[in-house]
Amino acid sequence: MSYYGNFGGAFMPELLITPLEELTAGWKKVWSSPAFRENFLDLLHNYAGRPTALTEVKRFAEAIDGPRIFLKREDLLHTGAHKLNNALGQCLLAKALGKKRVIAETGAGQHGVATATACAFLGLECVVYMGKVDLVRQAPNVSRMELLGAKVMPVEQGSCTLKDAVNEALRDWSAHFENSHYCLGSALGPYPYPEMVAAFQAIIGKEAKQQMLQVCGRSPDLVVACVGGGSNAIGIFSAFLDDPSVQLIGVEAGGKGTKIGEHAARFQGGKPGVLHGCYTYLLQNKEGQVSSTHSISAGLDYPAVGPQHADLYESGRASYAASTDAEALEAFKLLSKCEGIIPALESSHALSYLVKHAKELRKDQIILLNLSGRGEKDLPQLIKEGHI
Amino acid sequence: MMHRRPAFIAYFTAGDGGMDYSLEAALALEKGGVDLLEIGIPFSDPVADGPVIQKAMQRSLELGTKPEDVLELIRRIRKKSKIPIVLFSYYNPILQGGKEFLHKAKEVGADGILIVDLSIEEQKQELKVLDQIWLVSATTSPERMAKILPECRGFVYYACQKGTTGARRNLPEGFGAKIQQIKAQTQLPVVAGFGIASRESAAEALLYADGFVVGSLIVDAMGRKVSAEELTKLAMSVDPRRSL
Repeated sequence: MSYYGNFGGAFMPELLITPLEELTAGWKKVWSSPAFRENFLDLLHNYAGRPTALTEVKRFAEAIDGPRIFLKREDLLHTGAHKLNNALGQCLLAKALGKKRVIAETGAGQHGVATATACAFLGLECVVYMGKVDLVRQAPNVSRMELLGAKVMPVEQGSCTLKDAVNEALRDWSAHFENSHYCLGSALGPYPYPEMVAAFQAIIGKEAKQQMLQVCGRSPDLVVACVGGGSNAIGIFSAFLDDPSVQLIGVEAGGKGTKIGEHAARFQGGKPGVLHGCYTYLLQNKEGQVSSTHSISAGLDYPAVGPQHADLYESGRASYAASTDAEALEAFKLLSKCEGIIPALESSHALSYLVKHAKELRKDQIILLNLSGRGEKDLPQLIKEGHI
Repeated sequence: MMHRRPAFIAYFTAGDGGMDYSLEAALALEKGGVDLLEIGIPFSDPVADGPVIQKAMQRSLELGTKPEDVLELIRRIRKKSKIPIVLFSYYNPILQGGKEFLHKAKEVGADGILIVDLSIEEQKQELKVLDQIWLVSATTSPERMAKILPECRGFVYYACQKGTTGARRNLPEGFGAKIQQIKAQTQLPVVAGFGIASRESAAEALLYADGFVVGSLIVDAMGRKVSAEELTKLAMSVDPRRSL
């Protein structure tokens, strides 16, 4: 299925349609193969460190006067974020397809690090495109990728951030698809990427649902996750989509203001359009030029959202809120102090939703929040800008 | 839309250097022997284009070029010339402008449209206003061609290189064979583009193709704001149909 309701599809130059069809065929084949799945799960358990913990954060809940809150600890995954689930899956697929080289884009650097890691482990060549602006604000991740043997290519086109890195990665792929796999980092892009990335990230929700059942004897009332492209959110939402009693909330980057260019909240100021191969909610001007975005968090700083989220939004199955830079920062500090867990700035947007709304909930309700990554990567930037 | 003798198609990005310059360039290229103009609407994220056209699009957008302005350019060209014009665009500006935009494009005298990131599977009935130019690429299989070619109007555009637009020294391997594959399935003329930037490769292309497209070479010159006379000379210098 290449569409989620009205959203998705594969809008790409003709040159890439056949490589995408080949990828789709390869993906369907490996995903229905028990041997591939077993290999994937083995890597998730014995290399990446799954299952990740489920942690109840009582002091944080008390500080914000909320009900019971559980964090799904993707920050504890090897390399520090949920991104590795997808990178391992796609790199295994690349190997199965006989590709020797893997191309990736990265914003915050987490997907780049995850892909570089998976490539090192599986013996694949790795090239990561990263916008010049992100290269500067996420410098430690650049050194990490290089240490892992990846080649980091600075992108100096357009706004020099994530969307430009995707452009450059697509250009590379269109010249090298014969020997290269494009490892897209979120549940975005042309079909089959949204489906594939969601499938690799579904392990988050699957584990969390079981863990909640063990600890609380039931599913949570509310599941909260931050949404950039939306892969960590789809990963955790996927286990609860069929259960209408579970409310799903995605939190976008509200940036520093509500004007176009000041945020990355696609459901607050965007409208449907096509970018990077899919039809989805997009921040753009009325002539269809893609807008620049702003967020304190490089991982949420992207003008389009995964097509499945666009469908969940329109159908009303999930709702979407936004947290500003300042609100995310406040939640970042609060969780660090109360619980000894330094969250990524991305995940801090989800936490901030709870800071703002947890007291509106009944005390017998239960919240599950996907803590998609850890915040060490953000410290140099936050220190430099005087936030901590 | 096409002449029966081999055709010379020139691409440029509208608004790079200002709309007056685009108008001058269109006329200068026609004077240099160009048979058909492919005029690009600038887009913020041109994934199919190499650095030369990317930069031209960025410069044009920085000057404030809007899709409507490109139609105004065509209207102005039409006052002075009957040269066939194909609009080139990425999909999102067309999707946002909708059928009103396409009807207006037809009204001002555009003859066709090429939407580079729209596949045959994703096209919408209500946006079929202008003749649509479809690409066949180096990866398009004969089975896919059978889906694409019946949709083609005017001519078939064979985008012969892998990767993005931009000047290259040679035509790719298998160039002639691919064109023969296309011609086995259609009566329409087949023009070749992507990477053709010299008289030699244009001549080689014409051994098999019914026309050739020159883009980045012209866009690069226009980025340097060469004079109308120089553009005319440049067009003449890459045209293998002309004796030296």
